[in-house]
Amino acid sequence: MYPRSLPYLLLLPSTLFLCVFFLYPFGLVAWQAFVTDTGQFTSEFFVEMKSHWKFNTAFTNTILLALAVVPFQVCLALYMATLVNGMKRGRDLILYIWTIPLGISDLAAGIIWLAIFEQTGFLNSMMQGMGFIDQPVSLLSYQNTGMIFLAILLAEVWRATAIVLVILVAGMGLIPKEYYEAAEVFGAGRWKRFTKITLPMLKPSLQTAMILRVIMAFEVFAVVVALGGTNLPVLMGEIYTWQFDLQDANVAAAYALVILLISISCTLLIMWGLRTPKEARV
Amino acid sequence: MIIKKNTLAAALATGITLLAAGAASAEVLFWSTQARPVEEAQAMRDQVLSGFSGDVDFQPSENGPWLTRVDAETQAGSGKIGVLGSLHGNLISLSDNLADMSDIGVDGVNSAFLELGKLGTDQQKYIPWMQATYIMAANKKALEHLPEGADINALSYDQLIEWAKTMAEKTGSPKFGFPAGPKGLKHRFFQGYMYPSYTNSMVTKFRSPEAELAWNKFKELWSYTNPGSPNFSFMQEQLLTEEVWVAFDHTARLADAFNTRPDDFVAFPAPAGPTGRGFMPVVVGIAVPDTAPDMAESKALVSYLLEPATQIETLRATNFFPVVDVELPDDMPAAVRMSGAAIATMSGSADANPGLLPVGLGDLGGKFNAVYVDSFERIVLAGQDVRTVLDDQADALRKLMEEAGAPCWAPDVASEGACPVD
Repeated sequence: MYPRSLPYLLLLPSTLFLCVFFLYPFGLVAWQAFVTDTGQFTSEFFVEMKSHWKFNTAFTNTILLALAVVPFQVCLALYMATLVNGMKRGRDLILYIWTIPLGISDLAAGIIWLAIFEQTGFLNSMMQGMGFIDQPVSLLSYQNTGMIFLAILLAEVWRATAIVLVILVAGMGLIPKEYYEAAEVFGAGRWKRFTKITLPMLKPSLQTAMILRVIMAFEVFAVVVALGGTNLPVLMGEIYTWQFDLQDANVAAAYALVILLISISCTLLIMWGLRTPKEARV
Repeated sequence: MIIKKNTLAAALATGITLLAAGAASAEVLFWSTQARPVEEAQAMRDQVLSGFSGDVDFQPSENGPWLTRVDAETQAGSGKIGVLGSLHGNLISLSDNLADMSDIGVDGVNSAFLELGKLGTDQQKYIPWMQATYIMAANKKALEHLPEGADINALSYDQLIEWAKTMAEKTGSPKFGFPAGPKGLKHRFFQGYMYPSYTNSMVTKFRSPEAELAWNKFKELWSYTNPGSPNFSFMQEQLLTEEVWVAFDHTARLADAFNTRPDDFVAFPAPAGPTGRGFMPVVVGIAVPDTAPDMAESKALVSYLLEPATQIETLRATNFFPVVDVELPDDMPAAVRMSGAAIATMSGSADANPGLLPVGLGDLGGKFNAVYVDSFERIVLAGQDVRTVLDDQADALRKLMEEAGAPCWAPDVASEGACPVD
C-alpha cells in the first residue's frame, strides 16, 4: 500500500516544471500582447499585426500547409501502421527505420531537402545526368511558390509522419484480436475489417496523433525558412521576424496568441469530431 | 539509504564547488555577434585574444539571442557579460545601458566612426572595433561580356544592367546575383547604394520621382538576376558554385570566394548612378555594459583590441578591416588584398557618395530596415505598383522617424528635429 497522496507527489515535479516554464512565460506573452510598456491596455498591437501587408499571406499559408500536410500524413501513417502490424518478421527493424526522421531536428530536415531541391542540388544534377534538362533550373524560386509549397510538404511528410505512425501502431496493438476473428467468421474482407473495426477502435489514438500533429503544423518554421526563405511567409516565421528583426515583442506576442487560438480551436474540433462515447470505450 | 544520502550530499558538494570555481575565475565574457562561423570564432580565441594579459571567454551568437541576453542582464541590473561586440545597428538600441568609454585611448582611430560611437550622446558609448563595406565581385568568365567601353572600376548602374542582360542572353541563364535571402543584407544595398546613387538621399527623398526611377531600374536589373536570389544570403557560395558570375555583397561574405580561388575572381567598386557612387561603410563596435562584473578588466580588453597588432590579427580572423591606421603586412589573405583595393578605388573615386549607417533610431533600427525590405518584396517580388508602394512605405518611414526623433544623416542634409520624409 502507498499513501493516497503519492500520485500527487509524483506529479508535483512535472506540474511545477510546467508552471514555471510554460504557464508563467505564457502569461507574460499574453500580457505583452495587450499591454503597452506604460501599462495601458490596448488592441493596437493586433491592429498593427492585422494591417501588416504580410499577415494575410502568412495566415493563409499556415492554414493551407496544415490542411495539405496533416490529412496526407494521417492516411499515410494509417497505411504504414497496417503494414507494420501485418508483418510477421522484421517488424521492429522496419519500425526503427521508419522513425529515423523523428530523431532529426526540423532545421536539419529542411536543409536535407534543400540539398535535394536547390539549383546545385541532387535533383537537378540527376535530371541533368539523365538528359532531361540542359542546365540546372532554379526550382525554389520566388516565382514558383507552388514548388516551394510542394517541397515543404514533402519535407514535412518525411520528417513528421513517424510521430503519427508510432502512436497509431501502439493504438492498433491495443485492439483485441477477437474482433477481427469474429469479423472473419462472418466473412468480412480486409477493407471492411479496416473500416468497421480498426478505424473506430483507433479513434482515441487518432485523436492524440492528430492533435499533436495539427499543433506542430501550425508551428511550422525551420523547414519553411530553409526551403522558402521569405518567399513563403508563415505565422511562426513572422513571430521570429517581429521579435528579432523588428524588435517589437508586443506584435510578436499578438502573433503568438493567434497561433494559440487556432491551435486551441483545432484541438477542440478534433476532440469533438473523434470523440468516443463513454459506453463504447474498451 | 544512508549511503545514498551520502552520495547525494557528495554530489551536491561537488556541484557547489564547481559553481564556486566558475564564479571565482576572472574571465572576461566577450559577447559578440561577429565572428560567428566556427573557424572565425576559433581564430578569434587562438590568434586574437590569446595575447591578452587576462583570460577571455569569446562567445559569438546570433543577433536575437545576443540581444535577449544583454536585455535580460540590464533588466536584472547585474550580469556576467564583460565586453559587447556588435554592429553599430545593434549597439544603438542599448545606448542607455552602455558605460562611457571616453577614458580609453583612441589614437589613430577613424574620427567619423568615433562620432558614430557616441550614438548621439556626449559619451563614447562604443569604440569602433573593425569595419567593412559592400563591394562587387565577378567571375573572370563574366568579363568578356562587359559592355563595350565600360571600365569595371567605374561602372554605372546602366552599364551593370546591360552587362547582366548580355550575360543572361549569351549564357542562357541570368548570371547576376543579389543577396536577397532571409539573412541577406539587401536592405543595405537600397539604403547605402541605390538611394544615394539615384536620389542623393536615404530618407528624405524616399518617395521622390528619382526614387521611383531607381526602383524601376532595379526591377530591370532584377529581370536579369538569378531567380534563386531570394534564397541567397552569402554570395561567396553562389560565386563558388558558379550559379552566379557577378554579385554584390558584404566584403566578409565574399571573402571565401576570393580566398579559395583568387585567380578566378575580381573585386570591384559598386556602380554609380545619376547622383554619384553611393556606398555604405559598416562599423562594428565594442562596448562595455553598465553591468560588467569587472569594469577595469573589460576596458583593458577594449584597449587591447585597438592595438595595431591585434587589429591585424582580427583582420586575418574575420576579414573585417582595422579602424586604426596600420601598415598591413604583405602576407595578408587574397580576400584582404582584393577587397582592400576595390574599397580604396570606391571610396577614392571622384563621384563617391557615402551613405552612413542610421543614427539615433534606437530599437527602431529593425523597422527602418523593414521599410526598405518590404518595398523590395512588394515592388520587385510581388510586382506591386512602384508609386503606391513607395507612398505606403513612406508613411511607415515617416512614422518611425518621428517616433525616434532622429535627425538626418549623410547623404541627407542635416535637419532640425526628426528627419523629414517628403
